[in-house]
Amino acid sequence: MCLAVPMEIMSIEDNVAHVEVGGVKNQVRLDIIDEPPQVGDFVIVHAGFALRRIDREEGLETLKLFQEGLGLELIK
Amino acid sequence: MNLLNKFKDPELCLNILDQIKSEIQGEFRFMEVCGTHTVAIFQSGIRTLLPESIIHVSGPGCPVCVTHDREIASYLALAEKDLILATFGDLIKVPGPGGKNLKAAQAEGARIKIVYSAFDALKLALDHPQDKVVFLGVGFETTAPTVAATIKMAAEQGVRNFSVLSFHKLVPPALKALAADRDIQVDGLLLPGHVSTIIGLEPYRFLAEEYQVPSVIGGFEPLDILQAILIMIKQKNKGRPEVVNNYKRVVPDQGNAKAIETMYEVFRPADALWRGLGIIPGSGLAVAQRYEQFDAALVFDQELPQVDEIPGCKCGEVLKGLISPDQCPLFSTRCTPANPVGPCMVSTEGSCAAYHKYRL
Ligand code: SF4
Repeated sequence: MCLAVPMEIMSIEDNVAHVEVGGVKNQVRLDIIDEPPQVGDFVIVHAGFALRRIDREEGLETLKLFQEGLGLELIK
Repeated sequence: MNLLNKFKDPELCLNILDQIKSEIQGEFRFMEVCGTHTVAIFQSGIRTLLPESIIHVSGPGCPVCVTHDREIASYLALAEKDLILATFGDLIKVPGPGGKNLKAAQAEGARIKIVYSAFDALKLALDHPQDKVVFLGVGFETTAPTVAATIKMAAEQGVRNFSVLSFHKLVPPALKALAADRDIQVDGLLLPGHVSTIIGLEPYRFLAEEYQVPSVIGGFEPLDILQAILIMIKQKNKGRPEVVNNYKRVVPDQGNAKAIETMYEVFRPADALWRGLGIIPGSGLAVAQRYEQFDAALVFDQELPQVDEIPGCKCGEVLKGLISPDQCPLFSTRCTPANPVGPCMVSTEGSCAAYHKYRL
């Protein structure tokens, strides 16, 4: 249950970011992130909340790990 | 070479492995605290590559696994009341007293909804104004701030039919209890990546300073894990234990101040009951007085029932690293992921489930 997945921010409205990973769209709350992210950034998402902004390249790379580790089709 | 491949590069990994082999003196026992590390260590094959003198034990790093029988009994009792219980999916199969779990309670008519976040539970409350919705709060410092933020939102919006049964647990006090226990001998601790994203480096300092245990915050790639092991071994050899952040690309040394602040606005430290470790002072989070109308323990007058432990299950010893899962007599016989006897076999991050899946 501690899985924290990096997702890309597509848009931001108030305190909610619309994020996407491998075509799966989701909404995450930005209430507890201390470094406000921007569209195009990656955030580490855990239980519906963004925990931390991460470097875009790192985000993409970490995604590949999830894809391999869990056999998910996250990125093409 | 792209960044991720760098962290998997076999040549780099072999290089570190050689260094580990040349540095190791005698036996070295390391414990990983986080369930995601447990899975990564198996999945990457690191266990088979390491020299035999390196003994790897899993610790209490899976929130589902450390949930105590009495806590499970408490939420099963809650499920029998006239309310909607919202929970993360992981808890639904965890057996409580007599082997009963939430799934069985659901079959008997209890209203149980699986949610992906505490916020979804709050939405459930808003969508069902006639019903009381209780969210089962389990998890460490990674999860607790998300639940705290949700309670704050509920307060701001004046929601009256939402509450949280808080069984959240804090990692550093549990590590303190482990470090202080003379039966548990570990030469190094691989500290959890995502909990550290929130709490940073500081709360672990006592491990090196008071208990002389080399400790490294590490990532989940093969190279991250091997590097962490090498750092711990070197520290032990030098006799200079430290706490090192070797996962800087994701974990800031200072953690996430906003998340911590939110967490301690809504919760206050409380004693908590851990499976295997017993009561650890200050290792849990109770809802603070200011938000007490959202405290399900108060709203529903919910106490921890006295219950018998699950017969035969050795989860407690597994979580303390005293035995490995395959030393439990029920392992892979009476206890399997399809028919788990204890929580360590339920969660995919549980030690018993990882051993069962990747058994060498
Ligand atoms: S194998 Fe099953 S019964 Fe044994 S310790 Fe693990 S979860 Fe408990």
